[in-house]
Amino acid sequence: MIPFDFEYYRPSSVKEAADAYQALQAQGKQPMYWSGGTEIITMARLNEDRPGAVVDLKAIPECNVIEFRENDLIIGGCVTLSAVTGSNFFPLLGRAAQGVADQTSRNKITLGGNLCGRIYYREAVLPLLVADSRLVIAGKGGVREAAIHEVFRGQIRLEPGEFLLQTVTDREFVSLPSVHVKKRQIGNVGYPLVTLVAVKKGSRIRAAFSGICGFPFRSASIEQVLNTPGLSAEERARQAAGRLPAPPLTNTEGTADYRLFLFKQTIKDAIHALEGR
Amino acid sequence: MNVLESASLNSNAIYPLELEVNGERRWLWVRAAETLLHTLRDHLGLTGCKPGCENGDCGACTVILNGLPMKSCLMLAVEADGQRITTIEGLKHSPVQEQFVLKQAFQCGYCTSGFIMNGHGLLSAHPDADPETIRLWLESNICRCTSYEEIHGAIMAALAVNKEGGSATGSS
Repeated sequence: MIPFDFEYYRPSSVKEAADAYQALQAQGKQPMYWSGGTEIITMARLNEDRPGAVVDLKAIPECNVIEFRENDLIIGGCVTLSAVTGSNFFPLLGRAAQGVADQTSRNKITLGGNLCGRIYYREAVLPLLVADSRLVIAGKGGVREAAIHEVFRGQIRLEPGEFLLQTVTDREFVSLPSVHVKKRQIGNVGYPLVTLVAVKKGSRIRAAFSGICGFPFRSASIEQVLNTPGLSAEERARQAAGRLPAPPLTNTEGTADYRLFLFKQTIKDAIHALEGR
Repeated sequence: MNVLESASLNSNAIYPLELEVNGERRWLWVRAAETLLHTLRDHLGLTGCKPGCENGDCGACTVILNGLPMKSCLMLAVEADGQRITTIEGLKHSPVQEQFVLKQAFQCGYCTSGFIMNGHGLLSAHPDADPETIRLWLESNICRCTSYEEIHGAIMAALAVNKEGGSATGSS
């Protein structure tokens, strides 16, 4: 049970949502945008989020789109993870989405919520990072499009009052040879120790990771070593482990040492899968 | 009237709600912060959906919303406005229920309604579910008495009965 009250708004257009947020912010109500809302419910129940109002985005048609338009795959921020997987438009994204929570919860968790949430694994972003996707962002100034690497650096970085409207991915990326590996402490439901997503574009491997550090990332430095000719998979994995953007994580899921061991193993597995050796 | 003007009528954070629950239209007023779980239990007396973890982990509160299983603790009641909901009280002798009895797929019974609703959703959405799909769906619920073998057996049997010509949804 959520132990406090908040107001609820369900706008039906981008402009209405941005205007509502701005007005509520001006009234000091500390509004939050709401998509699936699962994380906000969880945090609010623990008194860790206390919005005075929420602005539900699910009635905005652009937030519910999942379709190809010419060479782009457009996915709205309110599309659920189970719908992303079920569509099979972007199989790698579908597999990464299927690794989050459990099947029933994925009927509520949305792509936008996973990317914008506070829980720092945000695994659905990994295929979008390796695909150089673009993000369509809405706010009081209207709608803008930006490269994912400009907006998502460890976490999404939006201006106050902005929300994620859609992701846009070039069609050429959705069918590249790909690998998704998620290592958990136990079982098939739970947070990752290490999640790796990799594609092979031409002769080059692109890879992005979650779980190993306290944020998901794609690293040019790690990709450089992954694509160094003449190095064994073992050596590439060893060097990649020395190029992490932050110290490996220790938490209840596992220690830094264990994560490093799994990180190197998943890299070797990905190289074998993508290069056949 | 714009969205804020209409919403300003509800600045006390109480909202009108219309639901179709188990085939009946219901109208009520709810707090925006109230989850669907507590609306179903405390306002409509449908106590078959169980509060367990209230954190989206255990699945004891599972209902069917527009044909898909949904953890009612992870949804605000106001989000369900205008939607079609089936709770365990809305099932009558469905294949999954009958197989849970035949296979004795419960011990304390607290998780049972959630498992049945999830299994019912599975039969409806994937009447030809393969083992991987069954595994994926059943991972959404937890049984602390660990009746997993019997529960899995009941779902498999319900799928088999369904393929032989039984109704996937029973009377709901």
